Amino acid sequence: MTHLAYLLPLLPLAGGTVLALLGRRLGEPLAGWLGTGTVLGSFVVACIEYAALLGRHGPGGRTVVQVLWSWIPVAGFQVHVGFLVDPLSMTMVLFVTGISALIHLYSIGYMHGDEDFSKFFVYLNLFVAAMLILVLGDNLLLTFVGWEGVGACSYWLISFWFDRDAAASAGKKAFIYNRVGDVGFLLAMFLVFEKTGSLDYRTIFAHLSNFGPAATTAVVLLLFLAAVGKSAQLPLFPWLADAMEGPTPVSALIHAATMVTSGVYLMCRMNPFLARAHDASLVIASIGVATAFIAGTIGATQQDIKKVLAYSTVSQLGYMFLAVGVHAYIAAIFLMVAHAFYKGLLFLGAGSVIHAMGDEQDLKRMGNLRRYLKLTTVTFGVAWLAISGIPPLSGFWAKGDVLDNAFAFNKGLWAVGLAAAVVTAYYLSRLMALAFFGEERWRKVFPTAQAVAAERAGQADPEVANLLHDGPAPAHHGEGPHGDPHEGPWVMALPLVVLAVLAFFGGALNLPWHPSWDPLGWLSPVFGSRLYAAHLSGTTKWALGVVDSAAALVGLGVAFPLWTRQWHRPQLEPTFLQRGWYIDAAIDTLASHGGQQVAAVAGGPVEQGVIDGAVMGAGRLAALVGGVVRRVQTGYVRQYAVGIVLGAVALLAWMAAQAWR
Amino acid sequence: MSQPVFPFLTTLVFLPVGGAVAAMAAPRLVQPAHRRPVAILVGALAMTATLAVALAMAVEFRVGDSGYQFVSAHEWIPALGISWQLGVDGISLFLVLMAAVLFPLALLGARESERAPSYVAWLLLLEAACLGSFVALDLVLFFLFFEITLVPAYFVIAGWGTGRRAAAATKFFLYTFLGSAFLLVGIVAVAVIHDQQTGRFTFDLLALEHTRLGLSTQVLLFLAFTAAFAVKAPIFPFHTWSPDAYGSSPTGGAVALAAVMAKLGTYGVIRFDLTLFPRAVVDAAPVLLSLGVAGILYGAIVAAVQRDLKRILAYSSLAHIGFIVLGLFALSTEAVTGGVLQMVNHGLVTAALFLLVGWVWERRGTVDAGRLRGLQRSAPVLAGFFTLAMMASIGLPGLNSFVGEFLVLSGTFLTHRWWAVVATFGVVLAAVYLLWAFQRAFHHRPTPETSQTKDLRWGEIAVMVPLAGLIVFLGVYPKPVLDRITPSVEALVHQVDQATGRHQPAVANGGVAAVTAAGRRTPAAASTAGVPVVTAAALGPARAGGPLDLALPPFPEQRRLP
Repeated sequence: MTHLAYLLPLLPLAGGTVLALLGRRLGEPLAGWLGTGTVLGSFVVACIEYAALLGRHGPGGRTVVQVLWSWIPVAGFQVHVGFLVDPLSMTMVLFVTGISALIHLYSIGYMHGDEDFSKFFVYLNLFVAAMLILVLGDNLLLTFVGWEGVGACSYWLISFWFDRDAAASAGKKAFIYNRVGDVGFLLAMFLVFEKTGSLDYRTIFAHLSNFGPAATTAVVLLLFLAAVGKSAQLPLFPWLADAMEGPTPVSALIHAATMVTSGVYLMCRMNPFLARAHDASLVIASIGVATAFIAGTIGATQQDIKKVLAYSTVSQLGYMFLAVGVHAYIAAIFLMVAHAFYKGLLFLGAGSVIHAMGDEQDLKRMGNLRRYLKLTTVTFGVAWLAISGIPPLSGFWAKGDVLDNAFAFNKGLWAVGLAAAVVTAYYLSRLMALAFFGEERWRKVFPTAQAVAAERAGQADPEVANLLHDGPAPAHHGEGPHGDPHEGPWVMALPLVVLAVLAFFGGALNLPWHPSWDPLGWLSPVFGSRLYAAHLSGTTKWALGVVDSAAALVGLGVAFPLWTRQWHRPQLEPTFLQRGWYIDAAIDTLASHGGQQVAAVAGGPVEQGVIDGAVMGAGRLAALVGGVVRRVQTGYVRQYAVGIVLGAVALLAWMAAQAWR
Repeated sequence: MSQPVFPFLTTLVFLPVGGAVAAMAAPRLVQPAHRRPVAILVGALAMTATLAVALAMAVEFRVGDSGYQFVSAHEWIPALGISWQLGVDGISLFLVLMAAVLFPLALLGARESERAPSYVAWLLLLEAACLGSFVALDLVLFFLFFEITLVPAYFVIAGWGTGRRAAAATKFFLYTFLGSAFLLVGIVAVAVIHDQQTGRFTFDLLALEHTRLGLSTQVLLFLAFTAAFAVKAPIFPFHTWSPDAYGSSPTGGAVALAAVMAKLGTYGVIRFDLTLFPRAVVDAAPVLLSLGVAGILYGAIVAAVQRDLKRILAYSSLAHIGFIVLGLFALSTEAVTGGVLQMVNHGLVTAALFLLVGWVWERRGTVDAGRLRGLQRSAPVLAGFFTLAMMASIGLPGLNSFVGEFLVLSGTFLTHRWWAVVATFGVVLAAVYLLWAFQRAFHHRPTPETSQTKDLRWGEIAVMVPLAGLIVFLGVYPKPVLDRITPSVEALVHQVDQATGRHQPAVANGGVAAVTAAGRRTPAAASTAGVPVVTAAALGPARAGGPLDLALPPFPEQRRLP
């Protein structure tokens, strides 16, 4: 059965290739259906593989390697293209292909009317292929192929509407931030190869003893640097907020459900190293929980619905790294899957809202949408309660698992994590209240077609003109502002419903249903032991569950009435938080402006003055001494060149004559 | 030793020369209106024939043989010790192939107005000189070819270039000519020393490599040789001719110069420096490695403040040449192999980028990134190819340059760790300047002028497709190339090790077996660390050794047969 592993990335890769060549001819919606079909095909293959893997027993029986071809063979350096199918990669494959298929389907509706409709599915298909290579690669280098591949697709998709400067810049920013992390990935690979002569996961885990404490710590921290870039942790998270310039399905798929979790996956895959690096693990847990809290506070003050969700993603990823840092890998994966359900749902719901409102993303210009978008409101509501951690929805179980493990490991980490949980419930309740409840603010200020025309004619009402200039760019998919908001087509509705069901019942994944079907427990062989919450007594767990629920209720109970009643509360939205603790600005000043100054000096005075100056000066000096300065300047060099030609020809002729003799 | 008697290498050198003569002569037989097409046709035919010969040779090339193949050795001027000595090994094979692939594309991809009969003839002569340099095994012969490249390059820039082309051509000519003077002196000195030791005056590389040279002599001669190579490559800080020359070249000329001719410098380093002066190379390695790293960082930083796309590519080349230099002087099998592979990769990627930029110039009359805005909207195919080549240049895995860069960096990490660490930051900078340039030229809302820009024609697409195909193929399946380069590099590194008494780390040669043999492996410790017990139950259709896997015969220890 496991012969099929290669099909998983191959199907979307083939889909992307066909669409790149023939997409325009296929047109809309056929290109979208082809793209969706290939990913659905991968999902089916994944299910078959999953069933096959479940049927295998015994120690190591659930690990299958499929080696396809020798990729880079140079003397001692041998890396092949091979796929590692084990419970960890299979779990990733299942949820990646499943969510991807749903979001492809949704995109057929969302991208309707876009002039680059088929190109969108090219990138989306290529992304899925790269993501599957990332999780299936059986060596670090192949994982890196996927790692960079998803980064490239993310770049193309963020800057998909490249007419907008903001989108083009955001794509570039995402790529460069990721590249900073990639330096860590590359250096870690060099070190691993030096110590073990291999990059193959199984081989390097078998040679762990070749690594001293310093080397182990270095490998873990370097890979964590890569994860910090890819998964938008402190301090490399600002790119994810900017990445919201991409079409909303992209935000849902790449910047919430899948790509950004690959840092967590990498850490889980390298768990034998983490097990030997306790200091590094503490660093990971601390950065994770700090990110969870800080990003949450930023998300609580954003006006753009997608930015709230972006910071929420950063915050949730922080929880996952907290879990990784306390070696609760199953909890990390559990939260990753649950998060994919509810955050994917939140983004798709936000997409529905944006779509219905004619590309309006400002929460302050929404309100009372529950009257018009019933399905979106219900499904969004499920995700809201799930992420807030209200029992018995999936988020309660997943986040609770992480917090329990943090509690068992270090009370300080747990306390910050709990505070972040309150903030989580707060910012999403605020979002919910502003968008779906309260007064219909969009009726008052929503720019009408006439207002747009008036603005173009230069006789606009200044308030409306401001809105037009500050607001998001005009419609991209033909959904101009019009009457009452309404729901999208069924292709957009179906994924919402499916994800809502999953977000509601996702917590059940952690139940040992049957000895042969324990959806998350089957991961334990990969992680050595089922560490999580092992030390805690039943009473403590109950107590912690109650505390978690209380935290969720506090956040929800404070925010919801507050923001339903009054949408304008500047005292609760301090600039410090709105500007993201000025972290973006700090990086910008240091790296971007500083870098530009260095480059200006290097490109100007140094290059032209010092280096070229030295050469030209030496040349002039020589010319002056030789008295040929005039000739050089008047182009007599041409005569030298002719001289060389003639000389060479004569020499050759003479040589030929010699040879002839 | 049953290689065909067909003189592949001599044919490779003389076919383009004959083509050049024909390209000048044939047009005189037809009406003036037809002269240009006839010249182009003759040129294309000669280049295609050359490519065919090169491909046939590559097919006949024996995998696993580290020595020179298809050797063509003839007495020439015995009085001066000069012989017609040509040969190809794994190191030069793909440089020959690359040149044979790129020259026809450079000719066909150039603007119509460039392709006068004399232009075609100069390009053919440049091809002959480049091919000759890659296969010459006699030092004087090499010098001759190396030097002759200057002439067609000079005339191509001065005759068909843009901007301040005369000044750029002059600077290029004088600069490289000065470097070559050192090389000539060095060559003669080596021969004289060899004559004193053996009583035989010869320029045969195979004989000269056994010359015993003291360390200080080696260092002096190494500096003389490397001066020429450093200018040609160009290696930081001897690069200032290149932005002017590449920037002012016509499209085809820029491709020939940056993609092919520049490799003569790095090829010279590996073929002559490493073979003749191993001790000096090992001694000077930290200096040259530092220059390589400086080139990587400096090239990237200066590229970031350029507005002219051609100058961006010139500085980008400086950075990429830095990686090659790093690989060659790191002296581990991986790094040197990566360096050789990177010469080929850089040639392909640079050729694609210069062609695309040339086509932009042709359409818009400018390649100022700031004035192009929004090209992707009106020319999506051009933008698509540019994106692919740009991603290759940035080092995206799955495309060709990544393989070379990774081998260089990981191989350097084994022998000179901190240089590799600093150089790795170059990968961030490459993304910065290229993506920024791409954004300025291709993104944004198109200007009215941009929206009139025409996309690629079918002829141009046909030129791009082979390059794009090779960029992807070499990224996904570089094994056929690596299998041929590695034995020669292994032998060369072994030779350097023997000459100097240094040893490259065991892991470079032995991989996982070497670290396991060192007795450091304790499986018990591994399993207590919570490692899953895994079985390599590979059920795939093609395991290692499967249909896609070309079996690699064991390497002969000796570099070449006696």
